[in-house]
Amino acid sequence: MISLRNFKNFIVDTVGLMVHGSRLYYAWVGFLLLLIAVGGIAYLNQLNSGLIVTSMRDQVSWGFYIGNFTFLVGVAAASIMLVIPAYIYDWAPIKEITILGEMLAVTALIMCLGFVMVDIGRPDRFWHIMPLVGRLNWPQSMLAWDVIVLNLYLLLNWFVVTYLLFSSYVEKHYNKKIVLPLVLLSIPMAVSIHTVTAYLYNGLASRPFWNSAILAPRFLASAFCSGPAVLLILLQVLRRTTRLKITDAAIFKIAELMAYTMGFNLFLTAAESFKELYSGTEHMVYFQYLLFGLEKNGVHYNTLVPFAWASIITGFIAFLLFLIPKTRMNWTTLNIGCVLIYASVYIEKGMGLIIPGLTPDALGEIYVYRPSFTEVAVAAGIFSLGALVFTVMLKAAVPMMLGEFTITRGRKASEPVEADPIQA
Amino acid sequence: MMDHQPMHPQDDGGGASACGSRREFLGTAVAAVATALTGCGKLSKEEFLQHNFRELSKDEIQTIIARLESEYKAKYGKTVKVNNEAAMPGVIFGYALDLSRCIGCRRCVHACVKENNQSRDPEIQWIRVLEMDKEEGVNLQHAEQYYNPEEVPREGHFYMPVQCQQCKKPPCVKVCPVGATWKEKDGIVVVDYNWCIGCRYCMAACPYGARHFNWGEPTMKSADVNPETHYLGNRPRPKGVVEKCTFCIQRTRKGLYPACVEICPTGSRKFGNLLDAKSEIRQVLENKRVFKFKEDLNTQPTFFYFYGV
Repeated sequence: MISLRNFKNFIVDTVGLMVHGSRLYYAWVGFLLLLIAVGGIAYLNQLNSGLIVTSMRDQVSWGFYIGNFTFLVGVAAASIMLVIPAYIYDWAPIKEITILGEMLAVTALIMCLGFVMVDIGRPDRFWHIMPLVGRLNWPQSMLAWDVIVLNLYLLLNWFVVTYLLFSSYVEKHYNKKIVLPLVLLSIPMAVSIHTVTAYLYNGLASRPFWNSAILAPRFLASAFCSGPAVLLILLQVLRRTTRLKITDAAIFKIAELMAYTMGFNLFLTAAESFKELYSGTEHMVYFQYLLFGLEKNGVHYNTLVPFAWASIITGFIAFLLFLIPKTRMNWTTLNIGCVLIYASVYIEKGMGLIIPGLTPDALGEIYVYRPSFTEVAVAAGIFSLGALVFTVMLKAAVPMMLGEFTITRGRKASEPVEADPIQA
Repeated sequence: MMDHQPMHPQDDGGGASACGSRREFLGTAVAAVATALTGCGKLSKEEFLQHNFRELSKDEIQTIIARLESEYKAKYGKTVKVNNEAAMPGVIFGYALDLSRCIGCRRCVHACVKENNQSRDPEIQWIRVLEMDKEEGVNLQHAEQYYNPEEVPREGHFYMPVQCQQCKKPPCVKVCPVGATWKEKDGIVVVDYNWCIGCRYCMAACPYGARHFNWGEPTMKSADVNPETHYLGNRPRPKGVVEKCTFCIQRTRKGLYPACVEICPTGSRKFGNLLDAKSEIRQVLENKRVFKFKEDLNTQPTFFYFYGV
């Protein structure tokens, strides 16, 4: 039965599942908590001293935090790479695992909001940006749009995940009339979060590197490479460590879709590079800084060059590995490909997007930005927080997805004394 | 501009006192959390709950100004006056800078810092002077801000000071997610330092590098504090917010010249009312060939450059 009382039990049981586990589970959670603590201490220091403990300055006013934010919006959007084959093409093997994509989206969005929170100078004024309570400059500001769509997408995914698990917990089949429209809605929503995030940069005429019409398409194409790469590795881990049934066919199908998006992503990158480099206007300096470095007053600035090429080369190798059926269906080469494409997009949509957008700065100055220890520690803390959220979500979700843990069976099995199935 | 309607302060009737006290309690609790977030333990409940400047009533503004003045008194040990002078009717300020006269001495830069209570360490400068190659013309890839010769002007170079261009279509105002920055009736783009969340989107949007962030706690010696301040201008700023040139709003709204105009030893800087046909700025616009910096971006600056000789 779907009732408030059962929902309370569901929450209690979910928390119960999250806090009880094997030694390995505790060790992993403990490790993540430790990293979160390190990030937390670094963040407290940043709160005390101000953002001056980062390497950001007026010239490069956004850096590692916003780079990670942008990358993670892509990961969040990528869950629809599971939804589309599952629900649009009604492809059963993937349908059972779409909830994993939704949980990944929730996790990625929590990290996104974390990166925004640590980047703002006045986190105590967070309420100013909250719709209705604060004073949202909507529809003018793209950041106002982003606040809205990111939070809606977070709520949507959170609701679907909770609803599916709760249905399974109370031993009822989920109501298709509720789930299907929401899942279908998540497709345009996922496109919108990454499009709006791209527009955030795209709309700034002051930064020619971002002021390109194909920025949003490039965001989407790269997101549909990196997000599924995380999922592919995750699915393999899960089918080894849990009793979840994830077929080879499901994994290879996602890999095949990724081959298309990776090819498209490389094509868009090439199109952008051609336009900038061949026309060679003054707007080329940012691309030049990224790919070849710049020389000014006898000093050669080439901090980004090795990263930029690493991104292009790993992206290209990954594309080949995914394109050729033989290497795509080989677990070793498939996983190498996943790691390579993840690295490629992490560079491209993180530092490779933000830093050349701001260097040289609006007055032509070259400020060499490298993240400070604080920025790396805080980022590690946020990634660990994400990993922790995902871990505990999986910990509770997997037995429920499998139908092993329900309101009757679960309570009996784990807490036989308190269990009262008759009332439930 | 899509401004929201001002929020009216709730008029508490007699029966609403319980509600008021609950709200007060909630406010205090939330403010305590927020204080922890600022990490400095100085945030008062009033400051935390303060609304956007444009939504405040006259009385609220007076209360806030009194609070700020007492804070500044405690911090700097002297009386700092925070004024709230509104834009004069019939005035839109305009600025013109003579590139053929400027010698790059940076007196304007330092006069600005002194006048406008910028942080001294790290020092924030609202005016950046670019040294350019005469052969290259206005080419930012050949601009140098950190020139330091024995004597200026250097052979073969000219100088181009850049500060807020007070655009008619300011991209910084458009992008601000919380409406913490806006264009006043006299054309000055201002920032509400008590509303800015420090996201720095405006800095990314500004094509002129005119916006500056308080990366650390701004520092100023008590003796250096200019006690004549404006709420939207040169009052001492907190950490973590953006600031910018306001054409010395605290001076110009009283009919004085901006500090940079007054100090310039070469008379390169012209300032006045664009709506007054007899003003010096209008004379420049009519008689000299002027250009706008990065005109192609259509930000429509009210700050012009010209070659006077």
